[in-house]
Amino acid sequence: MINLALAYLRDRPLTTALNVLLLTISVAMLVLLLQFGNQANERFERDAKGVDLVVGAKGSPLQLILSSVFHVDQPTGNVPLSSLELLRSDPAVARAVPLALGDNFNGYRIVGTDESFAELYGLELAQGAAFEKPMQAIMGAKVAEETGAKLGQKFVGNHGFGDEEEGAQAHDHAAFETVGILAESGTVADRLILTSFESVWDVHGIAHDHDEHEGHDDHADHEEHTGHEDHSDHDAHADHSGHDNHADHADDISAAENVLQASGDGLQPELTALLVSYANASGAIRIPAMINRQTEMQSAVPATETARLLDLLGASLDGIRIFAWLLALTGGLAIFVALLNMARSREADLALLRVMGASRVQVFATVIMEGVITAAIGAVLGWLSAHALIGIARSNFPTLSDLGLTPWSPVAAEWGLLLAVIAIGALAALVPALRVYRLDPAQVMARM
Amino acid sequence: MKLTIDEVGKSFAGRPVLGGVTFELAPKSRALLLGPSGSGKSTLLNIICGLQTPDKGSVSLGGQAMSGHGGGSADTLRKSHMGIIFQTLKLVSALNVRANLALAQKLQTKARNPALIDETLERLGIAHRASARPFELSQGEAQRAAIARALVVEPDILIADEPTSALDHANTETVAQLLIEVADKAGATLLVATHDDRLKPYFEQTLTLKAGNLAV
Repeated sequence: MINLALAYLRDRPLTTALNVLLLTISVAMLVLLLQFGNQANERFERDAKGVDLVVGAKGSPLQLILSSVFHVDQPTGNVPLSSLELLRSDPAVARAVPLALGDNFNGYRIVGTDESFAELYGLELAQGAAFEKPMQAIMGAKVAEETGAKLGQKFVGNHGFGDEEEGAQAHDHAAFETVGILAESGTVADRLILTSFESVWDVHGIAHDHDEHEGHDDHADHEEHTGHEDHSDHDAHADHSGHDNHADHADDISAAENVLQASGDGLQPELTALLVSYANASGAIRIPAMINRQTEMQSAVPATETARLLDLLGASLDGIRIFAWLLALTGGLAIFVALLNMARSREADLALLRVMGASRVQVFATVIMEGVITAAIGAVLGWLSAHALIGIARSNFPTLSDLGLTPWSPVAAEWGLLLAVIAIGALAALVPALRVYRLDPAQVMARM
Repeated sequence: MKLTIDEVGKSFAGRPVLGGVTFELAPKSRALLLGPSGSGKSTLLNIICGLQTPDKGSVSLGGQAMSGHGGGSADTLRKSHMGIIFQTLKLVSALNVRANLALAQKLQTKARNPALIDETLERLGIAHRASARPFELSQGEAQRAAIARALVVEPDILIADEPTSALDHANTETVAQLLIEVADKAGATLLVATHDDRLKPYFEQTLTLKAGNLAV
């Protein structure tokens, strides 16, 4: 009877195609929404795990979170290096991770930090060793995969965060050496290049005392590092006068210069943000208040900001979701109308089937199968289209990749969605099928 | 297979259509049910095929009563033993001729037999139209295809309702001879209902129905 149902569907190709198309579009939209909601949410949770508070320059708290935790926006500014010691000396703070941002390599952000970053995200090396000396860097797993970076290879960063931006200035004078490649962690670190924050200062020609930060004492051979000594042109380069000609990239370049904050007649070593983990519950009350009232910095809670972001997105997504479900119901209605018309126009066929020995249940099942097959084709095509679209969009818009959208990684709800759409097809076919079930072949023949 | 009709009566809206028809067809016999339009032929065939329930009397096939007409047992008897050719219902429109024959075999309880389909199409002279859809067939081809559909289930009894109604004299003769020939070869009982008395010479038994009763 499946062959018969398929034959009936083939017999009215335009109607079948339109019904399938309606369901394909609705399923594709719903799968995209599920993927976006689920993967973005997972990404947010994963990347913000262990980060109770972000401290940075005043500005938009959401921007601070996006730039410091998810690495998808421009930083709000920079903060004094002393803020790191301030936070680390507080007993309510279990961990304060420094971040110095400003440059990228092939679109992947170079993050100046220290070993606390690896502790925060539970990072492990797949190859090589951690950075110990200035201008040493370790690559995130995805960065290494995409750029083909190997241990010992040198690379130079560009100002800003965009890939091959027009006007972006390369730090040709200061090449990083890849000393390690991280194992895949499923966190934002996969898409980052980590180095010491002193290296970021060095690249930008910011003078700093080696005892400015106690962690830096480990760099025993810092002075012997020829790459560093060769930065004789950093001072001349420090004002980045060339950037004035690139108004289009003003935001990006200014972000890149966050770590180059001029103070008085020189550049002071500063940080972009700090990721804070509390040691105890009292930190959640005291630290944000202290930062916001007693310093020029601001604090932002990732959980609050991501919830706000998801709420903002949620309102739009809900609208699209309702539209998509209405489209699915329209598809179901179209199947209903098509099958009802079929039940009327093919009474003779259906009566003949009964005469040929088909039971009432078999004829009923044939009509139900038509609805189910139409819906199933629409559901499968919609699912395939959605994932293909994610794949295409991901390769064209790196931001989607940053948001964690990955094709062909279905979430459990997608199977539920496919079943729901198939159920719509079966329900749409129910009334026409019942009409056919009650068909009396003798009456049909009497009418003919 | 013996067909027994015993005092079968049927009324519609209080108007009697069949008054109490009784007859018996021996296995492998050939009978013509003759009568004008409105005489109750189609109603009687529907009751014999289990598509309608008689108000009184009974029908049995090979000793098995078609009790609960219109229900499961009638369906089973029909698909197990009958090949039916209706005037108005010939082929399933969405399927080509060969697929119609294959579906008929699939729906009945006996094993599928593709070779029999080929042989039957060949015998009826429509093998070249096996891939044609019903709307592509001429009236004569459609009638032959309907006969083929009834035959490929290897029925014990072949029932035809007005099989020559749309045919000219030459084709009427051809179809009549064809029905008798295929029924003989299949060893099936043949019952043909018609108003066309040109078929009378081809049948050994003629039952004439007038106003719902058999003429003596």
